[in-house]
Amino acid sequence: MDASAAKFIGAGLAMLGMVGAGIGLGIMFGNYFQGALRNPTAAAQERPMLFLGMALTEALGIFALVIAFLILFSK
Amino acid sequence: MATPIDPMHQFMIQKIVELPPVIVPGLGAIDLSITNSIAAMLLAATLIIVFYALAGKGAVIPGRLQTTGELLYGLVDGLTSSIIGHDGKKYLPFVFTLFAFVLFCNLQGMLFGWTGNFTGFTATSQLAVTLTLGMLVILTVIAVGFAKNGIKFFKLFAPSGVPWPLYFLLVPIEIISFLIRPITLALRLFGNMLGGHVVLKIFATFVAILLAMAPAYWVVGLLSLTSVVALTALEFMVAFLQAFVFAVLTCVYLNDVVHLDSH
Repeated sequence: MDASAAKFIGAGLAMLGMVGAGIGLGIMFGNYFQGALRNPTAAAQERPMLFLGMALTEALGIFALVIAFLILFSK
Repeated sequence: MATPIDPMHQFMIQKIVELPPVIVPGLGAIDLSITNSIAAMLLAATLIIVFYALAGKGAVIPGRLQTTGELLYGLVDGLTSSIIGHDGKKYLPFVFTLFAFVLFCNLQGMLFGWTGNFTGFTATSQLAVTLTLGMLVILTVIAVGFAKNGIKFFKLFAPSGVPWPLYFLLVPIEIISFLIRPITLALRLFGNMLGGHVVLKIFATFVAILLAMAPAYWVVGLLSLTSVVALTALEFMVAFLQAFVFAVLTCVYLNDVVHLDSH
């Protein structure tokens, strides 16, 4: 197989790590809305924690992106 | 890249003003030329100063500009006082400066992207820039931690109320999770800005390619154009959200060392 083709395939495979971030974001926002709709008065004060959790979850997906870029642009 | 227009080209560092390298003892020659990244950061800083000079008039009935400025300020003020608590006011200037800088760098890349010169360059899409901001945050946290707690700062790595055998496992984990904070801070901002701008470019290229083909493809092209507009709106939200998240995490990390006793 051509080396550059293997590189593209590898970068694509590395992006599979985003699956976990997607599942995590779905669980987190789903649970937030479940809680927020049961008790709307408590929803506003938990919103910073929601964004914090979103940022932490998303960072793990971004790691996959960085690895994909490393594979793609390594010499 | 396979596409005729390289989506990574927008992140190229180009020199605008060539300056002679400076010789620093121990480090060797350092290139201090003004690149498009530096010019973009200077522009962002100038925009912040101009914006708050115009918005900070303090009129009794605020205009649109003053309302926007007060909203941003109030947002960060609320963050520091709700996360750090009573001592939060002390750290407001630091957190707000970081927030404003990241926000203006992000927004500048979105607003002036069409110009194609340094004004549309997103400085926060450079890992060097975001890593510098991340190091700035963590060094401030360490400095504040030592200034407030002295040698007790190391209690941060050994949470109380744990059976002692667990410390052999817990302390290395706490140290690693502390040291990885600047890296996650930097990579999150960098990855979001880089990823968002690449997606925008690729989608826009797709529309341009379709419109260059036979008229039968134009319907698909126009449909894709609406998705590009929606993506642009999403990217504006991400630009704000990432600055917000950066400020929230800075507050959380500062809170860890300010209230070490309750850790």
